Amino acid sequence: MSTKFLFIEPINILSIIPQYHILLAAFLIMWLTWFISKRYYSRDRMLTEDEVEKKLAEWNPEPLINNPQMNHISLNPRRIMSRAGKKIVVDGKDCLNLGTHNYLGLTENNEIEKNAIAAIRKYGVGSCGPRGFYGTVDVHLELEERLANYTDTEEAVVYSYGFSTISSAIAAYCKRRDLVFVDEQVNFAIQKGLDASKTNIIYFKHNDANDLQNLLVKQAKIDEQNPKKATKIKRFLIIEGIYMNTGNICPLPELVALCRQYKLRIFIDESISFGTVGKHGKGITEHFGIPKQEIDMIMGSLDWAMGSIGGFCVGTSFIIEHQRLSGLGYCFSASLPPLLTTAAITSLDIMKNNPQIFKSLRDNCVAINEGLQNIHCLECSSFPESPVKHVYLKNKKDRAAEEQLLSKISNRCIENNLAIITPVYLEAEKNLPRPSLRLCISTLLNKSDIDFAVNVLKKCAEEVLSVE
Amino acid sequence: MATQAITRRKLNEHEQKISKNGLTFHEDILANGHAGLQTNGRVQFSEEKTRAEPVKSRSKESFERIPFITAVLTHLGFYILMFLGFINQLLFTPKVAQEHNREGYAPLYENFDTFYLRYVYRRVRDCWNRPICSVPGATVTLKDRITKDYGWTFQFTGTTSECINLGSYNYLGFAEANGKCADQSIETLKKFGCANCSSRLELGNMPIHEELEQLTARFLGVEDAIVFGMGFATNALNLPSLVSKGCLVLSDEKNHASLILGLRLSGATVRVFKHNNVKHLEKCLKTAIVFGQPGTGEPWKKIVIIVEGVYSMEGSIVHLPEILQLKKKYKAYLYLDEAHSTGALGEHGRGVCDYYKINPREVDILMGTFTKSFGSAGGYIAGTKTLINHLRIHSHAHTYAAAMSPPIAQQIITSMKIISGEDGTDDGNRRTKQLARNTRYFRRRLNQIGVIIYGNEDSPVVPMLVYLFSKIGAVVRTLTTYNIAAVGVGFPATPLMEGRIRFCLSAAHTKQQLDYVLLHIERLADSLGLRYSRKIRDPMPIEYYSDGETE
Repeated sequence: MSTKFLFIEPINILSIIPQYHILLAAFLIMWLTWFISKRYYSRDRMLTEDEVEKKLAEWNPEPLINNPQMNHISLNPRRIMSRAGKKIVVDGKDCLNLGTHNYLGLTENNEIEKNAIAAIRKYGVGSCGPRGFYGTVDVHLELEERLANYTDTEEAVVYSYGFSTISSAIAAYCKRRDLVFVDEQVNFAIQKGLDASKTNIIYFKHNDANDLQNLLVKQAKIDEQNPKKATKIKRFLIIEGIYMNTGNICPLPELVALCRQYKLRIFIDESISFGTVGKHGKGITEHFGIPKQEIDMIMGSLDWAMGSIGGFCVGTSFIIEHQRLSGLGYCFSASLPPLLTTAAITSLDIMKNNPQIFKSLRDNCVAINEGLQNIHCLECSSFPESPVKHVYLKNKKDRAAEEQLLSKISNRCIENNLAIITPVYLEAEKNLPRPSLRLCISTLLNKSDIDFAVNVLKKCAEEVLSVE
Repeated sequence: MATQAITRRKLNEHEQKISKNGLTFHEDILANGHAGLQTNGRVQFSEEKTRAEPVKSRSKESFERIPFITAVLTHLGFYILMFLGFINQLLFTPKVAQEHNREGYAPLYENFDTFYLRYVYRRVRDCWNRPICSVPGATVTLKDRITKDYGWTFQFTGTTSECINLGSYNYLGFAEANGKCADQSIETLKKFGCANCSSRLELGNMPIHEELEQLTARFLGVEDAIVFGMGFATNALNLPSLVSKGCLVLSDEKNHASLILGLRLSGATVRVFKHNNVKHLEKCLKTAIVFGQPGTGEPWKKIVIIVEGVYSMEGSIVHLPEILQLKKKYKAYLYLDEAHSTGALGEHGRGVCDYYKINPREVDILMGTFTKSFGSAGGYIAGTKTLINHLRIHSHAHTYAAAMSPPIAQQIITSMKIISGEDGTDDGNRRTKQLARNTRYFRRRLNQIGVIIYGNEDSPVVPMLVYLFSKIGAVVRTLTTYNIAAVGVGFPATPLMEGRIRFCLSAAHTKQQLDYVLLHIERLADSLGLRYSRKIRDPMPIEYYSDGETE
């Protein structure tokens, strides 16, 4: 072949390949040039100093804090001058405590105190590091093992903050393309976990299994259009055992049946129900007699019944192990201080060795519930055995008026030596719960305490409402 | 004299040559005028000093570039690991729990993630999550564990080993089981119990919290402060009440996960600027002001710059003076996360502002944690009365999460009073000085050994670069055999090529302990080939400043 042909050959190709190919190639090159030049100019366009200064002079940013408030009620919270046990000193008034979540009365336990002191003497106060970097103290492993044993699950993971437990655990599994069915009254920590995961959320009516079923059927119809895609979407159901914001118990058997039918993984926040309901205080699953393998993950808090601080998740190793590298609040936060870990271990021991505390707690809850039914100006629809009770005004009013009345009743109760409070909510809540008085019932109360509490509440409520 | 002058000139020429290649120094650092490094364990060059622009932020930082051959090897090593893992996956079934009774469900985890965890990370899994059973002080007792199946499971041997602790964030040595802090915490525990089962806004607000808040505000020199029970949550749960949709946040690329989470929750637009790079930050600010919000072009509601005081993985200290100038010039706000710097930096242990001698009131939002220097747990936000009042009303953590445990709060109060000297002793002063001394000495010695270390010469966090994934494991394991506990960090926590060993210094360390550690690092550097640095090494012995001397 001579060199002449070598030059002609490429030109020949043009006649061989089809026309549309050439057009396509030309178009592609043009598009590429346009794309590159656009990116180049838009990103690296030199901003002239004049332009910047002109814009800067025009720009008036908002102040860091938009409307500073100096007299908001939250700025002067009540001061607690004592240990928050059965009794509590609120603003100098010695009260019977129905305000803090001390369901099992463990904040005053001597054994816990003794062991916590021993923990300070052995480990110091802080753990000085996250779990990965020499922050795993042997007591953490012990607590995890004990929790797993106590709840009859394979594995447990302990966090250093109750709120972050819930929000980190949810965000570790639910991702952008997933589908999460959530009760509309879930607490704020779950809401934030869902926000962090940026997942697709479908709310169903509070405690309404039928509504959930309707939504699931609707979703199943959508899935039929694209079955291949549908098999890849992870689906979750997130509920609370006993709802912090209403005091209601979830209809777990119905929900579990739906989950099995529609292939949802189920996560339960047992912050309130763990250590309070069930014969051995093992929570909602024990209460309904549902086997543990039906539930994918249980999240709980060490803050309330356990009388310590922190949170935990229990479930199968397959699920829980994942959080040790993906739970943000677990990996990137310092571990729970050893003294609080030891306190939680001791609490578990007490719970294990004294199952009668759960019975007396249940009796107290039911007794208070009966007493509340006799106060005619108020109504309480919370689950009778729930240690959290929300009491609402019988006559509905607008939000501000209800808030004002309830806080008056709360103040009047505290003046009369009974600590009952109105729960504080932020406006950022998804569904702002109706204003209420919240009662937290402890196992330590006896008959006369309960009578005293109901009578004082009745008297104060009637006094305040009669003035209206 | 003459020979000295000649060597100095030679060294100088060499220095210029490598810095011209842009290999030795991080370009941006040079451009910022922080040629610095003069006393960093190397020969001093007077000529360099005069040539450099006036150093505004006293910052002496070094981010030496990775040698080309090491970069190639690191990549190669990583791919070999992945390839071996892939073969491993084909041949052997993993010894991990499987999901039961969930047939027909969408798989819970991504394939690549599980592969990476099982076949790459598992090989070095023993280097993390090591259980301890003592105070994490100057030394720490590790529970020995072995693995018989290459990292799938671990068994405790029942023995323990006491190691010099370079892993915990115990900067001022307040992790103590005895002494004033522990005693007072126990007193408080006896009086108020472990916890009070309520949030601050409900029935959890105790005088001890108020005392701590006032003390924190006084310690930092600002109007007011608010404290929370967890450092991570301080960022994650308060940023949403400070920025919102329509606000722009300029965030340093090395910011902590808690800040990133908080920003994600807030809904604000986030733009990332290069690590500690003031020029890039300025460019981002200019762009933001000129172009406004994307799409509409409306001006931003407000612009917030978020930086950390000391970056825990880079060992660098924020260039605060320059960033403050920018903030003022461009009407932005500054959020400073002092998780690792409060207590650990500055002449009086007051953090970055103290270090640069800047009035802390110039920073809009000061955030910090109590886990590190104070040997406790929790976090604070400090600033103007208006800001703190806003948080008291709108903060998620303040409203919903349990209040701080009283003995935890007491530990902070006692240690903070010691640092600030309010207890009437010079113990705090002694600790901050000791930490500064340890830091300088340790960093200079490492430079002399010839390993590459990142960050500022005053930062008590010292990352030593080992690059290769397998070297992280090798270094951590070998150091443990010599009873030294250090932390290894690799991909995905760091960029692929920048595997590193991190040392956290403490005021509790003695010179003998540091010398012992350095001796073994030097030996390791030879046996594993860690002397990557091409800077000139100081041939003279490094001095450890005695108590009387101040720098």
